[in-house]
Amino acid sequence: MSQLQPYVDCKVSVVMNDGRLVVGILRGLDQTTNIIMQSCQERIFSEDEAVEVVDLGLYMIRGDNIAIIGLVDEVVDAALDLDSLRGEPLQP
Amino acid sequence: MLFYSFFKTQVGQQVTIELKNDLAIQGVLESVDQFLNFKLKDIKVVDEERYPHMLSVKNCFVRGSVVRYVQLSPPTVDTALLQDAARREAQSTQQMQQAKPNVAPVA
Repeated sequence: MSQLQPYVDCKVSVVMNDGRLVVGILRGLDQTTNIIMQSCQERIFSEDEAVEVVDLGLYMIRGDNIAIIGLVDEVVDAALDLDSLRGEPLQP
Repeated sequence: MLFYSFFKTQVGQQVTIELKNDLAIQGVLESVDQFLNFKLKDIKVVDEERYPHMLSVKNCFVRGSVVRYVQLSPPTVDTALLQDAARREAQSTQQMQQAKPNVAPVA
């Protein structure tokens, strides 16, 4: 998992197997991709409403449930207008 | 190990990874590991309007267990080499199984 070392202490976007998207700061990880994220925010997309943000705090997510870990480009992310983003929820 | 070695030869190529949840991500293959987890650079979600989730993400790590397909470009793949390696792998697996002592099933 040295592949993920560069992501530690960076803002990451995690897509889970059930289709949920969680954004937070990656603090720790292990061989089976279990991760520890600080200041998690879940972003819920839908076709009609604005993106919903739910603050979660410090989370440990088990590797079995993780699909993607994306490195968030903070500049682009700050420029995103969450109110106007529409999209289909991701499939499980 | 065969496909791990194969994907190592594909590092630097444009690939499209289709996940089991139907999300398709295009990007340059940065690295691969023994679990066939992939790291992609400069990603673009194939059907961007439907899934704006990754708009602020340029590089990502994809867990091997969620991959359905990896789409490659044909000119970059040496199929003869791959066939040959697969044949050798199948032969060595066969030899390993024959070398194992046969255990009689317990009645």
